[in-house]
Amino acid sequence: MSVLRPLDKQPGLNTATILLVGTEDALLQQLADSMLKEDCASELKVHLARSLPLPSNVNRPRIDLIVFVVNLHSKYSLRNVEESLHHVDTTFFLGKVGFLITGAGREGHCSIHRNTVVRLARTYRSPLLFCDLEVEGFRAAVAQRLVRMLQICAGHVPGVSALNLLSLLRSSENPALEDV
Amino acid sequence: MDETLAEFIKRTILKIPMTEMMTVLKAWDFLSEKQLQTVNFRQRKESLVHDLVLLCEEKRASVHDAALLDIIYTQFHRHQKVWDVFQMSKEPGEDIDLFDMEQFKSSFVKILRRALRNVTVSFRDAEENSVWIRIAWGTQYRKPNQYKPVYVVYYSQTPYVFTSSCQLKSNIPLLGQALTVASNHHKIVKMDLRSRYLDSLKAIVFKQYNRNFETHNTTVPLQERTLELDIHMDSRIIHENRIEKERVQRVTQETFGDYPQPRLEFAQYKLETKFKSDFNGDILAERKEPLRCLIKFSSPHLLEALKALAPAGIADAPLSPLLTCIPNKGMNYFKIRDK
Repeated sequence: MSVLRPLDKQPGLNTATILLVGTEDALLQQLADSMLKEDCASELKVHLARSLPLPSNVNRPRIDLIVFVVNLHSKYSLRNVEESLHHVDTTFFLGKVGFLITGAGREGHCSIHRNTVVRLARTYRSPLLFCDLEVEGFRAAVAQRLVRMLQICAGHVPGVSALNLLSLLRSSENPALEDV
Repeated sequence: MDETLAEFIKRTILKIPMTEMMTVLKAWDFLSEKQLQTVNFRQRKESLVHDLVLLCEEKRASVHDAALLDIIYTQFHRHQKVWDVFQMSKEPGEDIDLFDMEQFKSSFVKILRRALRNVTVSFRDAEENSVWIRIAWGTQYRKPNQYKPVYVVYYSQTPYVFTSSCQLKSNIPLLGQALTVASNHHKIVKMDLRSRYLDSLKAIVFKQYNRNFETHNTTVPLQERTLELDIHMDSRIIHENRIEKERVQRVTQETFGDYPQPRLEFAQYKLETKFKSDFNGDILAERKEPLRCLIKFSSPHLLEALKALAPAGIADAPLSPLLTCIPNKGMNYFKIRDK
């Protein structure tokens, strides 16, 4: 099956696995390192992939959270994410998918409009985070957020589920537009 | 020594950075050791230059001495000029004459002087049987303008000539003719290759850039590289697309090799092609004339940047052959027309 499903495997004991999908390997690697530096009661695992579908003959743990990384400087990275989204089962989008956008700080280099990614996140009903991954301070901050999101999605935080988190994160900017 | 010459020498010496001053003056070899010892090299630059110009006056420096200093300065700072490349050719079946440097020089000067009474031509021999030529252009009635010279570097054992971009474009055909006739060639053609880095142009044209490439080691480095990845990585990070990454590394290495790339600053593509569209009845597709479009890639080091594109995840591997053929074809200006 080339489609990722959220609940097709047993969870590992106290393990939380995140899958980062994006074309720029160096950025993903740095983000992974930042996340693993965080203090966390759960055992974290970070999978890095250039695109989906993932190679099928590999034994991998259950994936609790997928984060798609788009670089506003590169239309290629957006196209890659758009194509990869087709290989994710719809049930994942109940709080277990997020979009991380990098490159907004250097506006002169941006070839994708901010609205494009805002619309993408809105279409998939998933949270959208902006962070310039090249800046260490910002990267550490977003790594912290992702670790918390991951713990919730893996069910390690009692009383909060991925779906709860999703409704909490839903932007209050334009609620009317979403319903239309 | 007249005022204009003194001024020219002063301005030329002023261009030289203090750190290189001694080296350049020694290479010039016009002022003797004794004279140089009388000058205080620790004073402010303006006063130092003033002293040096006085010494040159004492020794009665001529235009040719000043021109030689200018050549040496340019040799040290060759990247301040943009260099074009020309290729000369002989008639098929012509005998290969033994090259005589002195004969070339006198012939070259004669041809220029015949056409333009006022030119300053200076020569300086350099490594690998090459000669640097400096030409200051004048007209029938005006003395040569020493501030806008053209530099020509000719490798006598090859048909290639490198020239600094000339602002007075009307003199280029004459220059070409002089070079061709003086070196016993028949024709000269401008190549579509231009860069600030003369050494890189040499490497491309003489095909010397891939000297470090060792074919028998192609399998070993890749294994070493993947081992490196394992050691530095946290075991909690798993790369899902490792096979794809290795493929990209392999393709990049096959295309660009392991050696450092020659340095170019840009590649320019002039398109004159008809508009192609998937939609039928598109207004632009009906246009009979080709669309004209210019695409320019610039970078402090273009070829290294292209080499880094696929491994960085910014482009697919293999790259378009239009980009990868640049060193092989010795071109960075392309005209693309419909076949």
